[in-house]
Amino acid sequence: MDFRLSQDQTDLVRGVRELLAGRFGRDALRASVDSGALDRGLWKELGDAGFFALRLPEADGGVGLGLPEAVLVLEEAGRALLPGPLVATQRAAGTVPGAAEGLAVVTEVSSEGLIPWRDAADVVLGPAEGAVPMRSVDPLTPLHRVSGTLPAARPETVLLTAAEQVGTAAWCTDAAVAHARRREQFGRPIGAFQAVKHLCAGMLVRTELARAAVHAAAVTGDAAEIAGAKLLADDAAVANARDCLQVHGGMGFTWEADVHLHLKRAWVRAALVLPGARAAEEVAAAL
Amino acid sequence: MDLSYTGEEEEFRARLREWLAAELPGLPPRPDPLDWPGRRAYDCGWQRRLHDAGYGHVHWDASPTRRLIFLEETERAGAPYVGANFVGLLHAGPTIAAEGTEEQRARWLGPVLRGDEVWCQGFSEPDAGSDLAGLRTRAVRDGDAYVVTGQKIWTSHAEVADWCELLVRTDPEAPRHRGISWLALPMDAPGVTVRPLRTLAGSAEFAELFLDEVRVPVGNRVGEENDGWRVTMVTLSFERGTAFVGEVVACRRLLGELARAARENGRWDDPALRRRLGGLAAGFQALWRLIQRNVSEAQATGGVPGVGGSVFKLHYSHARQELYDAAAEVLGPDALDLGREWNLDRLSSLSYTIAAGTSQIQRNIVAERILGLPKGR
Repeated sequence: MDFRLSQDQTDLVRGVRELLAGRFGRDALRASVDSGALDRGLWKELGDAGFFALRLPEADGGVGLGLPEAVLVLEEAGRALLPGPLVATQRAAGTVPGAAEGLAVVTEVSSEGLIPWRDAADVVLGPAEGAVPMRSVDPLTPLHRVSGTLPAARPETVLLTAAEQVGTAAWCTDAAVAHARRREQFGRPIGAFQAVKHLCAGMLVRTELARAAVHAAAVTGDAAEIAGAKLLADDAAVANARDCLQVHGGMGFTWEADVHLHLKRAWVRAALVLPGARAAEEVAAAL
Repeated sequence: MDLSYTGEEEEFRARLREWLAAELPGLPPRPDPLDWPGRRAYDCGWQRRLHDAGYGHVHWDASPTRRLIFLEETERAGAPYVGANFVGLLHAGPTIAAEGTEEQRARWLGPVLRGDEVWCQGFSEPDAGSDLAGLRTRAVRDGDAYVVTGQKIWTSHAEVADWCELLVRTDPEAPRHRGISWLALPMDAPGVTVRPLRTLAGSAEFAELFLDEVRVPVGNRVGEENDGWRVTMVTLSFERGTAFVGEVVACRRLLGELARAARENGRWDDPALRRRLGGLAAGFQALWRLIQRNVSEAQATGGVPGVGGSVFKLHYSHARQELYDAAAEVLGPDALDLGREWNLDRLSSLSYTIAAGTSQIQRNIVAERILGLPKGR
């Protein structure tokens, strides 16, 4: 047993983080927020880097990696707040032409009847007839809603969405800590005060617990473990974004600070597939 | 990210299972919780059996993965835990093994491993709890001995201990952390008085220790004079490593029992209760994975588990208290009956967010040592 990341996995994380920092840094993120459009050039670059073909076998032109690697990559995507139907397009690689290469944007109807990025997508998987648009809370995830018979939540979709939540939880911890070290009141950094320090410690605990759960679920593939991981990852992402906002004080309530973007995305991912009550029921059923 | 065990580790597990299945039926009945001599005899008898079977030193095994397997399997089989040997096996012993001289290791480690000698811990004082470095028990050098005077508190197993790992102040002028030494105090030395403390659970799990000019040979000091704080930190981080493996296994079993009980008494029909148990189960499953990650890191670095244990303890101690609150919900009015299972455990669990570093101190450790936030209160 060695539950740590292998050298290859560590290198993969570093590579993805560098790619996203270079291609989708803060300026690009804010430009996307302003335009509200999906950057097809970036989508193609992600395809070229193997982002969507990650789990496609090498014989089929893919990268041939497994669920653990996919989880690591999606965690980085979550940290960078990368927009678009990433999980659905990755799922479609190998079956929908152009998905693997980043030439096609593929979205899907979620088990909760939500369709992210419907208008930007080339292909919508699932029963999308009669979908109506919503004014999405997340400026970087346009949403449609559909009712009727909905597809069951696929465990892999649940897990990869949870991985994105871990990325948000980690980003929020880092951002809160950075702010608490920099921002001074009463003549010292606010991070020296226990009231602030303990919020930050709680954020790290949630992140590490959720990360361990998501990584393990990626290794075992067990449905109940995946449901538990989603439950913890949703909690880590939403609660950390809330605490990060609080640590930022008045700045945290502004449009200019990025923390609200993470909170809103965390809400979307939490509601998109296997939301809290369903996840908890699924874990309980296995008891 | 590999969760599989090697063939050698699986073999270790299989042999252990076989041994436990053969050994456990022959154990004497568990003693009454209030019968301290009986508890000592029971716990030491179990340690002796482990020693004779080649498992006596397993807590100090070079391989954290084997420790993990050992704790997992013994808990699953319903075998006793370390009991009165907690300090000897998990605090004092590892400290002596890491910091003691060859002579000290030869004197003290064998009796601990054979279950012949019991240790207790004299760290906290009435005015030095979370602020342990503020301890004031004085040790004054007099020839080849220290003369020790002071008071210790929360000393578990003091009534039946042969030795106490004692932190004393040897240099009152030095900065707080640099004037402390680590001594092995013989509990039968003249001037040692033990007064049991009754816990809110009704039993005397720990004691106060009064020291009145007790002479302790200088040769009983482990580590250099005034270096006791560093020596102690080795012990404390050990406690925050794999020490909770068995308890997480026990919590996961308890969740299964709760679900069964709730299905039987009809409370399972309440979705709020089901979801509450589901949430707890997800948390304990993740804690198990966190242990596996901490063990993997300890295995790779070959060292003592580090501050990552604080992350674990913070979630675990609160989750365990919530687990017993959920158990009370399953029991309904029976939760008020101390004769029912889990209720005494519920009371005991109230110490978990306090003992071995309060949650507040653990958050300071996480914030300052892992996240790099500035010191300050």
